[in-house]
Amino acid sequence: MKRIYVNEQWCLGCHLCEYNCAFANTNSENKCRENDMAKALKNKVINPRIRIEEKDDIHFAVSCRHCEDPLCVKGCIAGALSIVDGVINIDQDKCVGCYTCILSCPYGAIMPADSGSVIQKCELCTKNSCGEPACVKGCPNNAIVFEER
Amino acid sequence: MAINYSIPEFEIVRNTDRCIGCRACERQCANEVHYYDPDLGKMMADDTKCVNCHRCVSICPTRALKIVKNNDTLRENANWTSENILEIYKQAATGGVLLSSMGNPKPLPVYWDKILINASQVTNPPIDPLREPMETKTFLGKKPEKIERDKDGKIVNNLSSQLELQVPIMFSAMSFGSISKNAHESLARAASELGTYYNTGEGGLHKDFYQYGPNTIVQVASGRFGVHKEYLEAGAAIEIKMGQGAKPGIGGHLPGTKSIGEVASTRMIPEGSDAISPAPHHDIYSIEDLRQLVYSLKEATEYKKPIIVKIAAVHNVAAIASGIARGGADIIAIDGFRGGTGAAPTRIRDNVGIPIELALASVDERLRQEGIRGQVSIVVGGSIRNSADVVKAIALGADAVYIGSAACIAMGCHQCRSCHMAKCNWGIATQRPDLVKRLNPDIASKNLVNLVSAWNHEIKEIMGGMGINSIESLKGNRLMLRGVGLTQKELDILGIKHAGE
Repeated sequence: MKRIYVNEQWCLGCHLCEYNCAFANTNSENKCRENDMAKALKNKVINPRIRIEEKDDIHFAVSCRHCEDPLCVKGCIAGALSIVDGVINIDQDKCVGCYTCILSCPYGAIMPADSGSVIQKCELCTKNSCGEPACVKGCPNNAIVFEER
Repeated sequence: MAINYSIPEFEIVRNTDRCIGCRACERQCANEVHYYDPDLGKMMADDTKCVNCHRCVSICPTRALKIVKNNDTLRENANWTSENILEIYKQAATGGVLLSSMGNPKPLPVYWDKILINASQVTNPPIDPLREPMETKTFLGKKPEKIERDKDGKIVNNLSSQLELQVPIMFSAMSFGSISKNAHESLARAASELGTYYNTGEGGLHKDFYQYGPNTIVQVASGRFGVHKEYLEAGAAIEIKMGQGAKPGIGGHLPGTKSIGEVASTRMIPEGSDAISPAPHHDIYSIEDLRQLVYSLKEATEYKKPIIVKIAAVHNVAAIASGIARGGADIIAIDGFRGGTGAAPTRIRDNVGIPIELALASVDERLRQEGIRGQVSIVVGGSIRNSADVVKAIALGADAVYIGSAACIAMGCHQCRSCHMAKCNWGIATQRPDLVKRLNPDIASKNLVNLVSAWNHEIKEIMGGMGINSIESLKGNRLMLRGVGLTQKELDILGIKHAGE
């Protein structure tokens, strides 16, 4: 299955993936249309599902790895996390906000949604109109790729 | 402290309606122009540091930025232009030689733009390159003067070593040091894929790139940096660099701050030491001396590799080229006064040398007159900007062209002409690891392959229009060219007729 892979060697730490992620997952009607990023994100504190980890000259993006045997799904007490065609999905209607998944994810790739009462995570842009994940599409240096390995 | 008279050359215009404060511009600017002001809660910019490389403009996700020419003006004066005055301020403040990078930006005549190409009509049909075979492959090197046969009448192979080019375009010499390792890798990979050659420049060949040897031209320059037996054997050809179009008569100087790590080890010099290439080769003061080096290199590589001699286009270039041909070189590379550089004194770059178009025409003509044109191939560089320039160069007598600036632009260079600052925001003309990694060879080599392939398609189209189906039939075919707006003297030197004649 195609997954998002990051390559530290080419990551510039520009953080554009975070903004592309936040933009792709806004509720703006015109999401994924580049012209509207200013409208969608102006004066907003973004809460992206991909995050740059960095120290000094080292940068790389971290997002859900869609593990084959995911601890988050195993630990979910509400049945909100499930695997659909290899993609780990979150059903926010079922999520009770216990944060067990956040604590159990070894990669720190799950985080609370803006409301704080449910969680959010990368779902490979399957639930928005982006098609290919927005972080991959917008990465200026091929540091984030979407491929079969 | 004395008053600083300088005026920022550019002004950064930020559309605050569009800026979302992502700070990508700040993170990507090696000149530290952009910054976030927490008190004001918005992005600010220091125009004085901007070199107009456009990195921030290209990376801004909301297209909130543009860079404009600063319209703050000194009193207008056609003689004492702002540029003249500001340069005097700079020199009065520092006492230094002005440095510049890339090619001559002055509005001197570009003869390519005053030459027009012929096309077939009615009596000699044009050829459609999509339907009929069209050849752009060419060979560089000495061509045999006569067919020799053995006693059985069989043809003896008397062909000396040749370079085989699938397209008549090569990447010109840019050293590892002047450009980054990733830039070199991009050029090397693109040359391999295209079936052409890239040139190491004078900085030696990084050990990782020996694998691209069959598509590499290794250079021997006056500093002899990185030259050893394996290096000479690694390349497909060896180029002796006598001069460079951007700075004829001037050597090179890679500052110690750039001679670090692999740059120093590849050059075989101590880390942190300045790499100074003398203006002359100290063992070459005559054509006879040059001949010795040509044959020393041939001996060292068992006559398997053609030897290129690269010179800058200067006033008596035709006589010099004749000497080089007689000195045993297989290929002469001529670099015009618009050729690029990683650093050169401004006055030299802007005032020394001659246009490549005139140099090429006079060299080709002189070698023909002397009956030695077949002894050498001619490669020209120094601002070949598009496929039409390539076609015009070949019709004027070149066998192939070198592209350097165009190749850099394909890799992302925005011609900000600040290479000498060593802070290239595009990862090309820098050794700073955080900047070098911005140039991903996977992307850049593809861009180079795309560029040359596109030009190759266009060359075929233009040749087809002329009813020519092989690049060999275009070589020196000056009847296919006409001049516009040129004096009789210029037309005579170019060896072409005026349009309408």
